[in-house]
Amino acid sequence: MYRILKREQIVPNIHLLVVESELIHKNAQAGEFVVVRADERGERIPLNLVDWDSRSVSMIFMALGTSTYKLAALKVGDEIATLAGPLGKPTEKVQGKNIVCIGGCYGIGALYPAIRMFKENKNHITTIIEARSGLLLYWQEELRKYSDDFYEITRDGSRGFKGHVNDFLINYIKKNKTDMVYVQGCTYLTYLVSQTTRPFNVKTIVGLNPIMVDATGMCGVCRVIVGGETKFGCVDGPEFDGHQVDWDTLLARRRVYLDKERYSLSFYECERYG
Amino acid sequence: MAKKIIPKKTPMREQPPKERAKNYDEVPYGYSEKEAMQEARRCLQCKKPICIKGCPVEIDIPGFIRFIAEGNFRGAIEKLKEKNVLPAVCGRVCPQEDQCEKICVLAKKFEPVAIGRLERFAADWERAHGESSVPKIPRSTGKKVAIIGAGPGGLTVAGDLIMQGHAVTIFEALHKPGGVLVYGIPEFRLPKAIVYREVDYLVKCGVALIVDFIVGKTATIDQLLRDFDAVYIGTGAGLPWFMNIPGENLNGVYSANEYLTRSNLMKAYLFPEYDTPIVRGKRVAVIGGGNVAMDCARTALRLGADEVHNVYRRSRKEMPAREEEIHHAEEEGIIFDILTLPVKYIGNENNWVKEMECIKMKLGEPDASGRRRPVPIDGSNFITPIDTAICAIGQSPNPLIPQTTPDLKIGKWGNIEIDSETGKTSKKGCWAGGDVVRGGATVILAMGDGRVAARSMHEYLTTGVW
Repeated sequence: MYRILKREQIVPNIHLLVVESELIHKNAQAGEFVVVRADERGERIPLNLVDWDSRSVSMIFMALGTSTYKLAALKVGDEIATLAGPLGKPTEKVQGKNIVCIGGCYGIGALYPAIRMFKENKNHITTIIEARSGLLLYWQEELRKYSDDFYEITRDGSRGFKGHVNDFLINYIKKNKTDMVYVQGCTYLTYLVSQTTRPFNVKTIVGLNPIMVDATGMCGVCRVIVGGETKFGCVDGPEFDGHQVDWDTLLARRRVYLDKERYSLSFYECERYG
Repeated sequence: MAKKIIPKKTPMREQPPKERAKNYDEVPYGYSEKEAMQEARRCLQCKKPICIKGCPVEIDIPGFIRFIAEGNFRGAIEKLKEKNVLPAVCGRVCPQEDQCEKICVLAKKFEPVAIGRLERFAADWERAHGESSVPKIPRSTGKKVAIIGAGPGGLTVAGDLIMQGHAVTIFEALHKPGGVLVYGIPEFRLPKAIVYREVDYLVKCGVALIVDFIVGKTATIDQLLRDFDAVYIGTGAGLPWFMNIPGENLNGVYSANEYLTRSNLMKAYLFPEYDTPIVRGKRVAVIGGGNVAMDCARTALRLGADEVHNVYRRSRKEMPAREEEIHHAEEEGIIFDILTLPVKYIGNENNWVKEMECIKMKLGEPDASGRRRPVPIDGSNFITPIDTAICAIGQSPNPLIPQTTPDLKIGKWGNIEIDSETGKTSKKGCWAGGDVVRGGATVILAMGDGRVAARSMHEYLTTGVW
């Protein structure tokens, strides 16, 4: 069992989870994730590592289904059944490049270790975070610390630029030398950014989140088609070249259990709240 | 006067097929004390028993059987445990018909002694009679051993080395120990409580078990070697194969590993009480002819399928599954489509599999494996409607350790190369065995590899000579 050191809703429906671990930080690198299981009956789900130190690891997640609802109900001192990692391939290290880092939703947190690593490797970092509304943006101070330029985009215009990330990105790439784009967020955001950068031929690395079970390469549920080849998200990824990803298959595979996930959540809420 | 030999094995009672196809309880009930003693008396107690040569872990087979014949069941289990830390498991899942029972002297004229059933009986008897006794552990040698993977091989090495006085720690990547015994083999064939009991026994003997620890990621082998004197790699065959045919990434197409892991380890058959879901298909096709395929097919049936087809490209005779498993599957109503090869999966507008296109095969000349090679019959393609497909055609070793251990010699299938006499890898202080070396094999072969390696590890730990 692994003790919860902190669990906080940082913006509506998005939570920070800090779990005790003296082990995982030792080999942890940007781009990697952990597997957590809330309780003995819980599912194994992957969550991006957003930070770590000698006694804990931190993750950010959105409360969406049974597993994340269970995590969102945790209090300091509670325990979760499984915490295993780090897993996945770390973000590829590059040097001296102009990198645009884009985060949305739970992916804003996942940007943090990546831009920290990119900065340490002497890259020029432009960070863009986006949400429907300003009240859903978070960690601006943390991200600014490692960013050379920093932008916020909201669809309702309540903060920063009004509009969609793709409009902003097209303008940005036209005006600024961009060697690489790095994206963390929901599948739709990673897809959208990949489509936006494709005509400019700017290398685009996307952090994907396919469904996983063991997350060590054993089950193969997380398969993603990249460049026409089947890859496993957990051991070959979860970061891939967004221009090579077969998005239709990925989006469809994310929905395999949608009806069961809904059923599971209503079952959980009934059990918990009557 | 020579005693009169009963020609056939004492039969083992089983749950009726119709009933059991709807539940997850174990299929064979096991022998009663009377049945076990009756069967044990069939053993000729050969002066030079050759059956032992057929056992990868060299159990004193006539020895434990004699105790059963005498009604000394405690003596029987203690005799078994001298050589086998997992008797309740092996009694159930070993392919005895290809090993000890195959060369049993009786088998020349009659049915062999039911060695596997007797082994299971002795282990179950102990379980039913309270706590297992913990043997006296020798004085500590001060040497530390890390075992990677709490599957059958790793557990065997742990049992052998703890009894030599070494400090043993097992690192397991999943949240439960047991490896394939827990994530792979279904409850109705090997109840998980039995596996956990055997693991608990090792823990009682002093073995330290650390779960949720992924060697290669949480710590590399080189990092482990700073704290441990020797390492055994028993990480199994953790990378499923697909056929690379169109449509394999459609929703509803599973690897056997995923299907079984969801159902067994994650208890998806108890969804929604347990959170992990699984597709409860109505028309299910399971591809492959091994034990894993049989496990998938029988699981699909229990999950409520109306029709489960086992699709195999060779004939029934070439099926690598144990006869007993095929027989059980047939009894339960699995339909065998032999000499049939899927060539394509066809999806609906939501990317769900709805049909499978297959081609009929015929047997040609023998191939490298000695089995007759299946050859497609031109123009024999046909389409069959399905809503779930499970690909059980094998797997290769898990890549996490090879990827992160540069000086470990790896074969062309991603398997770790070893010296078969000792189990030594190319890396000093590291041994390996089981499926990470062999690809996909059996529980008992993994245990046999563990036994061989443990002997070599003990020698290294005492002499320091690599």
